[in-house]
Amino acid sequence: MSEQFTAIPKAQSQFGAVWRQFRVHRGAVFGLIVLGLLAGFVIFGPLFWPEVKLKVVEALKVKNQGPSLRFPFGTDQLGRDMMVRMMAAGKVSLAVGFVAMIIAIFVGTGIGILAGYFKRLDGPLMRLTDLFLSLPLIPLLLVMVMLFRDKIASILGPELGAFLLIVYAIGITSWMQAARIVRGEVLALKEREYVLAAKSIGVPARRVILRHILPNIISAVMVAATLGVAEAIITESVLSFLGLGFPPDFPTWGRLLFDGLQYIQLYPERVIWPGLAISLTVLSVNYIGDGLRDALDPRIRGR
Amino acid sequence: MLTFTLRRLLLALPTLLFISLIIFLLVDLAPGSPMSEIPLTVPPEVRKKMIEALGADQPVFVRYILWLRQFFWVEPANLIDGWFGLNLAGDEQRILSWQSRSPVFTVIGQRIPQTLTVIGTAYLLGIAIAMPIGIYSAYRQYSVFDQLGTLVAMIGFSVPTFFSGTLFIIVFAVWLHWFPTKYDTTLMVTDWPSFVLQIKQMAMPVMVLALANAAAISRYMRSSMLENMGQDYVRTARAKGMTERVVVLKHVLRNSLIPVVTVIALGIPSIFGGAIITENLFGVNGIGAALIGAIHANDLPMVQTLAFIFAVLIVVFNLIADVLYGLLDPRIRYE
Repeated sequence: MSEQFTAIPKAQSQFGAVWRQFRVHRGAVFGLIVLGLLAGFVIFGPLFWPEVKLKVVEALKVKNQGPSLRFPFGTDQLGRDMMVRMMAAGKVSLAVGFVAMIIAIFVGTGIGILAGYFKRLDGPLMRLTDLFLSLPLIPLLLVMVMLFRDKIASILGPELGAFLLIVYAIGITSWMQAARIVRGEVLALKEREYVLAAKSIGVPARRVILRHILPNIISAVMVAATLGVAEAIITESVLSFLGLGFPPDFPTWGRLLFDGLQYIQLYPERVIWPGLAISLTVLSVNYIGDGLRDALDPRIRGR
Repeated sequence: MLTFTLRRLLLALPTLLFISLIIFLLVDLAPGSPMSEIPLTVPPEVRKKMIEALGADQPVFVRYILWLRQFFWVEPANLIDGWFGLNLAGDEQRILSWQSRSPVFTVIGQRIPQTLTVIGTAYLLGIAIAMPIGIYSAYRQYSVFDQLGTLVAMIGFSVPTFFSGTLFIIVFAVWLHWFPTKYDTTLMVTDWPSFVLQIKQMAMPVMVLALANAAAISRYMRSSMLENMGQDYVRTARAKGMTERVVVLKHVLRNSLIPVVTVIALGIPSIFGGAIITENLFGVNGIGAALIGAIHANDLPMVQTLAFIFAVLIVVFNLIADVLYGLLDPRIRYE
């Protein structure tokens, strides 16, 4: 009675396949949820928890308070709500991470493709990459911020100036890994038959790169980009932590931690909140990168 | 091997020159340089003399060459004079710190022992922690120990040292009162109590750095062991009836150490960089703290020199790692 037949499995989209593998990685799912919560907290938090402007007298009365119903994270030495500050700081921290990553990936992918595709450029560009890799990054970033901060702040204003300076400084000093990975991928792809076929019918180099090579290196770039966000967030908070990052009225999590250090003996929670936020963000981003690497690798995905 | 080493040395020179040029130009052409900050009340002729005395009226190119000469000839010559009582350097101008008016290298010489004690101990301890963890996690892959090790290593990667350091301060110094919050550089180890004090004040910075390094190294150790575990020679060794102990600790471990040793060598300069944070957090008066102090005081010669020293460290240890790899692994032939 029962009829045996083998159904042809429904073809699934590329995205579906990647998502299915990604979901298997428990750490990655955890990372995605935590990062989502943190992002929601900093982006939508201010809508539900608007900043209450206090008069100076009121602020003096509520300064240095511990956690309460009115101030869930307590208040700082000037009576500012730590919850509001954490949200504002998180927005800047995450923005720095993403924008710096985008700059780094843009430069890195560009240099990687040029070096991998055009043989003449390979030598010089890889030498340049090696040179950048042997630069002492943290000292150099500190010097850049010290020397250019005031000048740029006077042109663009302290907030935008600090943001652009730090984002660009981190971006142009962290593209090297991406460039190396992309170059390796391009070198391998360049020899494949479909690229040869495209070349043989006279497709110009620009089109070969954009249509045939770029879509195939996206997965490697995405993994590098994810890990780049974590790297950039840490670098920014190191700068802020050393007092050479953002100004105190335009804080990041690193800056809040730096400000809290003076009161660490009396109010340790002021250091713990921003530190915890940074650590959780970086941890979840790293896990997402891990999961993406597995999910985007077709050799692992089938299993 | 020798030709390879020589060739790498020759290649390292242009790299160093390029980095020195970047550091020099960055500091020299920056808008915030103190040349522009001579007060307007200073009369023009005095201002001119000040600029001349600092050599700032020369073209950039000349100043760069002079700086290189100071760095690569005058300073080493002074060092050798100090050791052997010679007079190679004569009374050539040394690189002077603008903060203290003393030669930059004297200051650095005073600071380096502090850095080396703390950082060196931390790195050694980190390796000592990482090795057994890496070996055992690979031997029992996917066991509870391995899973736990992976989780802890992931956390170790992700928690920045400035946060783990502050957590240590809160727990061990503020709550438990076990260790002092600040490192006392003037402490001299003369007898047992002072030695105990030294250990106590080193405990926190050393633990913070050691844990951060152990996280990375244990992962490398694990993956390197795993790569070798499945090799044919391991099966042969087992088939010969060797004990697990000999197989793992002699045959597999020795071969797995090759890449790990190079990773350890490559990591040394970056821990000097990472130590900037730890030194500032715990008040260790080393070269990292000197760099931050110089940056806040606008002491450009000091900043240039320190940044360049960090670059030299990176280049030198890259070279060492390459040469070590060739020496340790007979399959690698650089010809």
